[in-house]
Amino acid sequence: MMAGELNDLYQDIILDHSKNPRNSGYLEGATHSARENNPLCGDRVSVYLTVQNAEITDLTFEARGCAISVASASMMGQMMKGKSVAEAQNLFKQFIALINGSDVAEGVELKDLQSLSGVKQFPTRVKCATLSWHALQHALESGGIESKTS
Amino acid sequence: MTSKNTDPFPIKQIRSDFPILSEKIYGKPLVYLDNGASTQKPIQVIKAISGVYENKYANVHRGVHYLSQVATDEMEAAREKVRGFINARSEREVIFVRGATEGINLVASSWGKANLTAGDEIILSQMEHHSNIVPWQLIANATGAIIKVIPIDDSGELEMDVFRSLLSEKTKMVAITHVSNALGTIVPLKQMIKESHDTGALVLVDGCQAAPHLQVDVQKLDADFYVFSGHKIYGPSGIGILYGKETLLEAMPPYQGGGDMIDTVSFSGSTWADLPFKFEAGTPNIADAIGMGNAIDYISTLGLPAIIEYENALLSYATEKLQAINSLKIVGNATEKAAIISFVMGDIHPHDIGTILDRQGVAVRTGHHCAQPVMERYDVPATARASFALYNTFEEIDSLAVSLAKVQEIFG
Repeated sequence: MMAGELNDLYQDIILDHSKNPRNSGYLEGATHSARENNPLCGDRVSVYLTVQNAEITDLTFEARGCAISVASASMMGQMMKGKSVAEAQNLFKQFIALINGSDVAEGVELKDLQSLSGVKQFPTRVKCATLSWHALQHALESGGIESKTS
Repeated sequence: MTSKNTDPFPIKQIRSDFPILSEKIYGKPLVYLDNGASTQKPIQVIKAISGVYENKYANVHRGVHYLSQVATDEMEAAREKVRGFINARSEREVIFVRGATEGINLVASSWGKANLTAGDEIILSQMEHHSNIVPWQLIANATGAIIKVIPIDDSGELEMDVFRSLLSEKTKMVAITHVSNALGTIVPLKQMIKESHDTGALVLVDGCQAAPHLQVDVQKLDADFYVFSGHKIYGPSGIGILYGKETLLEAMPPYQGGGDMIDTVSFSGSTWADLPFKFEAGTPNIADAIGMGNAIDYISTLGLPAIIEYENALLSYATEKLQAINSLKIVGNATEKAAIISFVMGDIHPHDIGTILDRQGVAVRTGHHCAQPVMERYDVPATARASFALYNTFEEIDSLAVSLAKVQEIFG
């Protein structure tokens, strides 16, 4: 049997997202994108967004990483579609709080993302869970377009 | 001094010499298989270092007072142990540095500035650690020298025919690892050094992974420079060795200036101290240099032939055990290997493997092992790596296999 904390980390929903990531791939016509690397392990993720009238109308990602980083990117994409840029930035803050074991603001629905709260028991894996989120944040801030990841 | 090969390897005694091996990790016995990154320290080394600070410590090569002489004698005795360990001709050829990385930077910078010009070529291999790539890129950028790379074949061996085709009169330096930290491959060094010398090139060897696992004889190899780190041979971190042939070191300008490396100093110009001190500016890492000497004593008492035999048995057993796991693929299957096994498991990312093993008390390295070109070669983002040391046991390999079965169970 798995140790309890491992159970918390590798929940079925996380394994499902990592094996069948939603919104994975390059996004034609993206208005924003950014790439993040974790130089410690060589993992990388690119996030592509279409933003219209300050609303995220589409989001995809390309990731090369562990189960935690892929699942996190997959869940992030599901969560962000249809959100305003301001809502997305607030969700970013709340998600970082969740992963670091701090309090999440009341009234914020993290849905599937809640399953990643187990990461807080694994400090060496926090970077994995937050990699795609930092890419999203950078994409929203810079607004630049990255070329397609080969 | 050395135990006979017919004696059973004293594994129980050895394990009791390493206090950290009785630690519990998440309530489980520690199975430490990250020796390629750094080895644990025997009590003999730990006590020697605290002993220096307790009753032998002062600055070296300076004072007329008693303790300064004691510390100097101890440090120079450690240098002599290192000389014997790698069979250098003279202790003048043995320079204490912070680690292998600093040794390579010293040669790349000092030798490189004096000897490289635009169009000269430096040959590296695709299996180098970043520490044997980046210092050469820095000096190549500064001098206009060009870096050429020997590729690796599917099994993890160097493509020797390409190496030969790269060698030319333009080649000034071949900088190559003795044992690959990411693949375990033992490089056919003697042959490569001979062929390099035949075309007039010098050879620097990164011996980090070789020093704890192989008998290193710099004269037999005819290496021009050989570097390794104390912390990978059961000694302290922050200390390492640059071996260089005396004539080469004599001709090289100092790397850093400061105290201890001068003969005379005046504002009209300074002159340098003799070898090895010319390259040891500033107060050295006295206690750790002495501790490194004690680590060499520890290895010598067991005897490298016995250690090599034992580690080879561990490697064969672990290879067999790991190969029996369905989805597991070993990366690096060279004919000549040190006790290092890199592996991947289907689509399971090595980070996830590492975390699950960690919770069973099993410490392995996961990632690119500071060898990103190797990862690119095999088209993997990372691998998991189990690297063995003289204190590992066959039971620990069983624990590794059981923990890997858990990885499969979780990922289905």
